[in-house]
Amino acid sequence: MKLLEVENLSTWFHTSKGDLKAVNGVSFDLDYGEALGMVGESGSGKTTCALSIARLLPKEGEVTGGRILLEGVDLASMTEEEIRKRRWKDVSIIFQGAMNALNPVMKVGDQIAEAILLHDKTSREEARRRTAEILEMVEIPAVRAGNYPHEFSGGMKQRTMIAMALACNPKIVIGDEPTTALDVMVQAQILNLLEKIRREYRMGFILITHDLSILGETCDRIAVMYAGKIVEMGTVKDIFEKTAHPYTQKLISCFPNIWGGKTIPEGISGAPTNMLALSPGCSFAPRCDRRRGCCEAEEPRVVQIGEKHFVTCHEASGGGCGV
Amino acid sequence: MDYKEFRFRKLKDFLHAVRNNKIALFGSVTLLFFLLVAVFGPIFVPFSTMEFGEVEDMLLPPGGEHLLGTDDMGRDVLANLISGARISLLIGITATAISMIIGCAIGIVSGYFGGRTDQLLMRLTDFFLVIPWLPLMMVLAAVLGTSIWNIIFVIGITSWPGTARVVRAQTLSVKERQFVERTISIGAGSGHIMVHHILPNVFPLVFANTVLVASVAIVSETTLSFLGLGDPNHASWGMMLHYAFECGAASAGAYWYYLPPGICVVAVVLSFTLMGYAFDVILNPKLKGR
Repeated sequence: MKLLEVENLSTWFHTSKGDLKAVNGVSFDLDYGEALGMVGESGSGKTTCALSIARLLPKEGEVTGGRILLEGVDLASMTEEEIRKRRWKDVSIIFQGAMNALNPVMKVGDQIAEAILLHDKTSREEARRRTAEILEMVEIPAVRAGNYPHEFSGGMKQRTMIAMALACNPKIVIGDEPTTALDVMVQAQILNLLEKIRREYRMGFILITHDLSILGETCDRIAVMYAGKIVEMGTVKDIFEKTAHPYTQKLISCFPNIWGGKTIPEGISGAPTNMLALSPGCSFAPRCDRRRGCCEAEEPRVVQIGEKHFVTCHEASGGGCGV
Repeated sequence: MDYKEFRFRKLKDFLHAVRNNKIALFGSVTLLFFLLVAVFGPIFVPFSTMEFGEVEDMLLPPGGEHLLGTDDMGRDVLANLISGARISLLIGITATAISMIIGCAIGIVSGYFGGRTDQLLMRLTDFFLVIPWLPLMMVLAAVLGTSIWNIIFVIGITSWPGTARVVRAQTLSVKERQFVERTISIGAGSGHIMVHHILPNVFPLVFANTVLVASVAIVSETTLSFLGLGDPNHASWGMMLHYAFECGAASAGAYWYYLPPGICVVAVVLSFTLMGYAFDVILNPKLKGR
C-alpha cells in the first residue's frame, strides 16, 4: 500500500463571485520516504492542494470531490473532530514565514511541547525531554528551548518550525515554501537537514515552491501545477530532460542556465488564467505557442509517456486532437 | 545568556524604568505606603474603632493623645482612617479583580468566536455600558443589603464593559496572527488557544487597564458608602465621610473629621491613575520616548 494516494481531488472556494475551482481533479501518490515537489506559479493550487490533504482549508474552502487515502484511510470524509485528533500525527506542515508562526510571548520549547502534549498523553517531563531531543535533531542546542522567539535568528526560527512539524512523528510532512525569505546558505542547510530526516525516518515529504532549482536538488519526483491541475508529473530526470508539457518547458526556460550562454531568460507571455472563468479546453492554451485547433475546445487527458512520467496535453496524446 | 537570567534582567529593566519615570515612582510609592498602612497599621494603633469614647472625648481637635482628633462618638480619627484603608483597598482591589475576570472572559470569547456570539456578548456589554451605573449600584446595594461582599459584587459587575471592549478589540487583531492558525493546525481546541495564546498576548493591555479600573472601583465604593449604602460593620473612608456629613462636622468646623478620609481617597485614586498611565508608557514600546 502506498503511504498517500490522492484520487481526483477537487477543492473549491465559495466566493461572492462564484465558485473558484482552486484544485480541479488532481491525482498523485506518495511512497514512504519519498519526496514529491510541487511547483507552479502563484494561484496554481499548490498550497490549496496541501491544505486539503492536511484538512486545514479556510472556511470558504471545501473539498468537493475525490479521495485522500492515507494508508488506505480516507481523510476527506472525516468529521472535524476526528481530524482534529489525528492532525499533526498523520500530516504536519512546515509553515511559510516562520517569523510569524511562533507566539512571541511563549517560550520556544513550550510551543513544541504543546504540540506533543495535545496529542500524546505524556507527562510534562517526557514532553520536555522529547522537545530537547527534537531540537537537537534540527541542530538547535537543547538549552535554547527556554528562549523566546525574538532571541532566535531567522534560520533558527525556521528550524524550530521543522522541529515542531516533527514533534509527533508524522507520516507526511508538507513544506509550504519552507525556505522562502532565507538566504541561500541557510536555505541549503535547511534543505539538507530535511532530506536527512526524511531518509532516516522514512517520512513522506511534499515540498511546495516556486523554485525549480530546489526541487531538482531535493525531490524524487516533481508535479507541475497549472490552474488547479497537474499538467506534468515525473521523476526529476523526466521533468528536466524529457520535458513534455509546453508549460513546463517555459517554466524551465525562465531560469538562467549556468552552462548556457549570456541570454536573457524568456518569460511566459500572457497572464495566469482567470480561475473563476475556466475555459472548456486546456487552461494553458491561450498562452501556449504550440496550441492547435482543438486545444481551446477540448480538455486534454492524462497520458502516460514514461514509467513514472505523466503529462496532460493534446500534443502528447498522439499528436492530434480528438484521439 | 541563561533563560532565568534573562527573565530576571527583564524585571530589573522594568523596575529601572519605573524608578526613572517620576509619575510611576510617585504612584507606586504612594500606593505602597497605603498598602503597608492597611496591612500593618492596626497593630500600632492603641485605640479601638468599635468602642465609643466618653462624652468629653467627642470631636476633640487634633493634638495630644489623639493625633488626628476624635469623631462625634469619641473615637480616634487616625484609628478609623487606618482600618478604613483596609476596607477601601480590599473592596477596590477585589472588585477590580472580578471586573477584570468578567471583562477578559467576555472580551476574548467575543473577539475570538465572532459572528453571533460576538453580537450577543457585545450587545450585553453595550447594555451595561449605557445603564447609569450609580443608580444601578444604589438599587443593587439596597436590594442585596449592606455587606462589603455585596458592594464588591455590585462594583465588579458594573465596571467590566470598558475592559471587555478593549480586550475584544485586541483579540480581533491577535487572532489573525499566523501563530494562532499554526496552533489550530497542530490540533488545539478553541479553549486552549484562548487561554494559552490569546490571553498572554492581550495581557499587557489588561494590566494597564486594571490599574485604571481599580481607581474607579475605589471611587464607586466611597460614593456608595457616602450615600449610606456601605457596610456599617466595616467602616471604609466613604463611611467616615458619611458619618462626618451626618453629624454636621463641616458646619461644626471639625475639619479633622472629614478632611483626612477625603485626602486619602484622592491620594489612592491619584496613585492608581498615575500608575496606570505610567505603566502604559513603560509597557507599550510605541509610546516610548514620546
